[in-house]
Amino acid sequence: MRKIECDVAVVGAGPAGLAAAGRAKAAGAGRVLLIERDRELGGILQQCIHNGFGLHLFGEELTGPEYAYRFITENQAAGVEVLLGTMVLEVRPDRRLYAINRRDGMLEIQAGAVILAMGCRERNRGAVTIPGTRPAGIFTAGTAQRFVNMEGFMPGRRIVILGSGDIGLIMARRFAWEGAKVEGVFEIMPYSNGLTRNVVQCLHDNDIPLYLSHTVVEIHGQERVEGVTVAKVDEKLTPIPGTERRVPCDTLLLSVGLIPENELSRDANIELDPVTGGPVVSDEMETSLPGIFACGNVVHVHDLVDNVTRESWLAGEGAARLVQGRQPRGPLLNTRAGEGIRYVVPHRLHLANLKERETTLYMRVREPAEHVRIEALLDGEPILSVRERVVRPAEMVSVKIPPGSIPEGRTATELTLRVVKEGERG
Amino acid sequence: MSKERKLICIVCPVGCEITATIDEEKKEIVSFTGNQCRRGAAYAKDEIFAPKRVLTTTVRVEGGFLPVVPVRTAEPIPKDKIRDALKELAALKVTAPVAFHQVICPNVAGTGVAVIAERPLPAEPGEKAG
Ligand SMILES: Cc1cc2nc3c(=O)[nH]c(=O)nc-3n(C[C@H](O)[C@H](O)[C@H](O)COP(=O)(O)OP(=O)(O)OC[C@H]3O[C@@H](n4cnc5c(N)ncnc54)[C@H](O)[C@@H]3O)c2cc1C
Repeated sequence: MRKIECDVAVVGAGPAGLAAAGRAKAAGAGRVLLIERDRELGGILQQCIHNGFGLHLFGEELTGPEYAYRFITENQAAGVEVLLGTMVLEVRPDRRLYAINRRDGMLEIQAGAVILAMGCRERNRGAVTIPGTRPAGIFTAGTAQRFVNMEGFMPGRRIVILGSGDIGLIMARRFAWEGAKVEGVFEIMPYSNGLTRNVVQCLHDNDIPLYLSHTVVEIHGQERVEGVTVAKVDEKLTPIPGTERRVPCDTLLLSVGLIPENELSRDANIELDPVTGGPVVSDEMETSLPGIFACGNVVHVHDLVDNVTRESWLAGEGAARLVQGRQPRGPLLNTRAGEGIRYVVPHRLHLANLKERETTLYMRVREPAEHVRIEALLDGEPILSVRERVVRPAEMVSVKIPPGSIPEGRTATELTLRVVKEGERG
Repeated sequence: MSKERKLICIVCPVGCEITATIDEEKKEIVSFTGNQCRRGAAYAKDEIFAPKRVLTTTVRVEGGFLPVVPVRTAEPIPKDKIRDALKELAALKVTAPVAFHQVICPNVAGTGVAVIAERPLPAEPGEKAG
C-alpha cells in the first residue's frame, strides 16, 4: 500500500477545501495535500455557471467556475499538492486517512491535521415521500444542473419544480432559456426558500409562476413521468381536499434542501449537531476530535459561497496553527441558539481568540421577521445587539463580535444568541 | 399619459414592492411608492427604462474534456436581447482547448458585448475518462 505523509490533508476540493488548503499553506504548514474524488477541482462551483458568487468577498459578481479558477490558480502558485480521482474512505481519530484511486489502489495518508470539506448532498425524493408511481424523469435540481451545464443534455422538455430553493429557481430559468416549458415552482411553505433576487430574475423575468403553500401530492406515469397532481396546503402543511389539480409534465425536479455529507465524520465518531447535520466545531473550526477540522457545507448549509470561503480560511489557519504548536489555550465557552434562532456555528469559542480577533457567528432564524435585533448574551447579560431590517430562514445571518468585547478577566460559560422584536425590552 | 409599474426591489434582502408612476411620453418616473431607500429608486429607474442582465449559458465544444463550456456575457446586456443571444450561441461550436476568459463571440446579438469562457477547458486526453 502506498503511504504518504503530510502536514495537512484536506478532504474535498470545492470552495471550502480550496480555501482551507491555500490558507493552511500560506499560514506556514509544510506539505498540504488536497484530495478530491472528482476528475477536477472546484466541487459544486463547476456546475453553477450563473453569476452571483463573490460579491461580498471580492465586490464582483463571478460565476461558479470563475470563483473556483481564482482559488485553483492561487493554490497552484502556493504549492498545494493535489490528488484527483481519489476518494477518501475512512478517517481515523489519529489523523490517518484511507483513500482509493485508479493509479495507486489503496492509499494510506498520515497527516498532522485533517480538514473535512466534503460539502453536502441534495435531499432526494425518499426524503419527501410522494405517493404515486416511480417512473423515469424525477431528478434533484442539482443533478439536472450537472446534466445541462456540464454534460450538455436536457433531461426533459416540460418541467415542474417542487421546492423553491435557489438551485430550483436557477434551474427554472436555465430550462426556460434552453427552450423547455417550465409549468411552475411549487413551494409548501407560505414563503420562498430562495433569495428574492432569484425569485425576481429567474421566475418573474421568464413568466414562471411560483405557487406558495402548494405541494405535489401524486406523481403519474408508467415508464416516464406524465404529470403530477398538485394541491394547496393548510397552515399545518396538509393538502386541502378539493384543491387538487393535475399538471402535465415529463420531468419533476426536486429542490427541497441539502444535507451535509457526513458519512466519514459519523464513522470516525465525530460529534454532530442534530440541527445542522454537521460536526460541532470550535472557532478554529476544529471538531470534537483533536486535529480534525471541518468547513463549508459539510458543517452547515451555506447560501453564499463568500461565507464558505471565510469559514474555510479559519479552518486552514487553525490546522496550520495546530501543526506548528500555536493553538490557542485556555477556557472555551459554548454558543447557544436562544429564542427565534435555529442554530449557531461555531459551537465553542476560545476566550483567548475572543480577546484577540474578531469572531463571526453564523446563524439561521426560525421564521421570517422584520425590524428585529439579534442579541448576544454572555451568561444572561447582553454584550452586543445588532439591528436587522429583515431576517429570513433562507438567508444566513452573521454577527461579528469585535475583539475585546468580553471584559478582561471575565470567566463565562455560555453565549446565547436570540431574536428580539425592535421596541421590546429583552 | 402616466402609467403605473409594480416591481420587487432586489438591492437588499428586504425586497420592497415598489410602485412607480411613469410619464410615458417623457420617459420619466413621476413618483415612487413603497421603496424604503434611494438605492431602491435607482434600481427601479434602471429596471423600468433599461433592464439589463448578465447572460450565462453553455456552448458546444469539439474534442473537450467536457462536451460544453460555460460562457457569460462580459457585461450585462439588455434583457430583450437575451433570446437572440441564446439563439446565436446555440449555433456556435468551439474547439478545445479553451482558455480562461477566451472570447467565444466578440459581439453577441448586436449588443457590442463579448461572450467569454468562464473556465479553461482542456482537450480530452486520448481515451474517454469515466
Ligand atoms: C446548485 C447550487 C447553486 C448555488 N448558487 C450560489 C450562488 O449563486 N451564489 C453563492 O454565493 N453561493 C451559491 N451556492 C452555494 C455555494 O456554492 C456552496 O455553498 C459551496 O459550493 C459549498 O462548498 P463546499 O466546498 O463546502 O462543497 P462542494 O462544492 O460540494 O465541494 C465538496 C467536494 O468534496 C468532494 N468530496 C466529497 N466527499 C469526498 C470524499 N470522500 N473523498 C474525496 N472527495 C470528496 C466532492 O466531490 C466535492 O468536490 C450554490 C450551491 C449550489 C449547490
